Amino acid sequence: MTSIKKTLAALTICCAVITDVMAEVHIFACEPEWAALAKELVGDTAEVYSATTALQDPHQIQARPSLIAHARNADLMICSGAELETGWLPQVQRQAGNAKIQANGPGYFEASSVVPRLEVPATVDRSQGDVHAGGNPHIQTNPHNIALVAAALSARLSQIDPAHAAQYHSRYEDFQQRWQAAIVRWEQALGLVRGKAVVTHHKYWVYLLTWLDLHEVATLEPKPGVPANVAHLAEVLALVKQQPVLAILRTPYDPPQPSAWLAERTNLSAVVLPGTVGGLPGTDDLFGLFDQTVKILLQLSNGTSS
Amino acid sequence: MRRLLCVTIALLLLSTQIASIAATTEATANDIAALRAEISSLKADYATQIARLEARLNQAETALASQSAPPSGQVSSVVVMPTVGTAPQRTTNALNPDTSLVLIGTYAAHSIDPKRYAAPGFALADAAGPGVRGFSLGESELTLSANVDDKFFGAMTAALSVENGTTAISLEEAFVQTTALPYGLTFKGGRFFSRIGYLNEQHPHTDDFVDRPLPYRIFLNGNLGDDGAQLRWLAPLDRFVEFGAEAYRGDSFPAHGARGHGAGIYTLFAHTGDDLNDEWSYRVGGSYVHVAAAGRATGALPDIFDGTSELAIADVIFKWAPNGNPAERNLKLQAEYLRRWESGLFNSADYAGTQDGFYLQTVYQFQRRWQIGARYDRLFADNTGANIGGTVLDTRDHDPSRVSLLLEFDNSEFSRLRLQYNRDQSNRSTDHQLFLNYIYSLGAHGAHQF
Repeated sequence: MTSIKKTLAALTICCAVITDVMAEVHIFACEPEWAALAKELVGDTAEVYSATTALQDPHQIQARPSLIAHARNADLMICSGAELETGWLPQVQRQAGNAKIQANGPGYFEASSVVPRLEVPATVDRSQGDVHAGGNPHIQTNPHNIALVAAALSARLSQIDPAHAAQYHSRYEDFQQRWQAAIVRWEQALGLVRGKAVVTHHKYWVYLLTWLDLHEVATLEPKPGVPANVAHLAEVLALVKQQPVLAILRTPYDPPQPSAWLAERTNLSAVVLPGTVGGLPGTDDLFGLFDQTVKILLQLSNGTSS
Repeated sequence: MRRLLCVTIALLLLSTQIASIAATTEATANDIAALRAEISSLKADYATQIARLEARLNQAETALASQSAPPSGQVSSVVVMPTVGTAPQRTTNALNPDTSLVLIGTYAAHSIDPKRYAAPGFALADAAGPGVRGFSLGESELTLSANVDDKFFGAMTAALSVENGTTAISLEEAFVQTTALPYGLTFKGGRFFSRIGYLNEQHPHTDDFVDRPLPYRIFLNGNLGDDGAQLRWLAPLDRFVEFGAEAYRGDSFPAHGARGHGAGIYTLFAHTGDDLNDEWSYRVGGSYVHVAAAGRATGALPDIFDGTSELAIADVIFKWAPNGNPAERNLKLQAEYLRRWESGLFNSADYAGTQDGFYLQTVYQFQRRWQIGARYDRLFADNTGANIGGTVLDTRDHDPSRVSLLLEFDNSEFSRLRLQYNRDQSNRSTDHQLFLNYIYSLGAHGAHQF
């Protein structure tokens, strides 16, 4: 008899846990920037999980059990797309047993599908390195792209959770207003950075560079995703010596050695930009991300002009 | 809307013009800065308005979509696309399945002729041995896979190999799998690799070592794969917990004869896993396999087994990467323990055996492109029976074991070169084996399993 009671108690606890998991809208963001954007738009009505951190290369994630478990319970999956997650996301979707977040489902949102993508190749061949047929996937480095994604994401949230549509809409309006004001602030601050040249580690910053009219002299990787080697770095060194360059930029997860190699042989500084939310201290949300990015670029610009 | 876009583009062009002037005349820098500020605020105004209009448009489209949606209340799969210049993600061959081709080649040196391979105490099926001497192609794999429709995913893997001068095509996997069942359920049917253990479901070309661990080769002839059906349930928890059951035809090793009216193998499996912190994650599991065999033939003579064979597997894998970013450095620790109980008739005489096997392995990527690994395998057999003295089931007081060392260089994740040394003591005399092996993957980017 007591064993039956114990079993019933266990079942009740189990059910309580399960209902708790099902209580609210669950959002699975492939990258931290989309987790941060989702938090801006949903407030407390949803639980937001980020599958990756700013310290992880989103190309190279594995379909870890924790990712599959979170995808199982997700109502909405927000990913950059453009094949950024092609090495792991299909595996997560296939193992999750969740119809909503399949590639054709209402709960799968691909951020890169709502922005004009850059570097869309005419032909794709693996001899070109890690190229994406859908174009460069690192769209979050231009705040105007964030604004476009916010609009489409807000609409999608209302679609999957109509009960809170009004709330999503007003939160979106509020966010967009603050965001556009912030863009004006950043663009004013960065006026003097425009037109300068940079060296980057990986083809990560093309949207940032386009936004700020920065010119990419070279990348430290000979081809996207192919590790830097000394022969290629020597070519980059020769290029860099011919023209004024602002800095060598990389993400928090890129290996520091190639930047350091080049910095040693020039008077350039090797700089880590946050890349996404959580990449550096003070980048806990999207505003912080661009505040810090702008601050670093300004410091560099002031350093070189003085 | 379009006019707004034109105005924005014009302003953008204007600002780049101004930028070029600014480069030449420093005197007017302040004026230009002021101008630019004005333009920025203008641009921002337009951007806000455009974004607002887009949101409104999206909502109108959503409303329209939900009006035309099926009455079941399910939102249709209309994807809201703003009208800004977005190129289609895929243009050509959009409906063709993903195709991938795996090319494998090996050069092997053995101090003992592989044809004489034996592991005392164990009846070996055709793929249990260490391969052949010299150059060999092994299997070249062709995989086609795609979503069939909104509810099914399908895949086929065919392996091409040359055996005794003739090219053979074997169907490794050909299955369909559901993607839209409720309650975290997934059903799979067709021919596929069982989800028991850790290594079993993975294709050998994704293995870290050139050859499979001894317990897999000897207990499962490489891996368990057959015609059958699988039902899997993923619990609705934040930690990964899955349960599954499978039934298979059972016409090949470790079964034979498709007993039980064509359902000769049953399996049960459970796995759980999670992240311990930012750097460590793990998966552990337990599996059980029930096999009925009628007339299972092994060896050249051959030896015939009739009876039941039951297998239990415990598997564990831990992975580490600094900050959870495996791109530069990462470590894998992996182990599986297999225990098999067989009872029935061996060459028409009573036989009962309890056989154990395990492997422990670790692979460390110490810098991008380079990996080293080490593995230890061991088997034990405790066989009793009237007529097993002198047969393959006679252990001759020897427990098979093997030590393997690996060095791997990957030019990219699609091209892998491996050098492996085995000190193979499967039999009483030691076989020193050296492998040089390549694996090239062409075509669709296969998603990595954990």
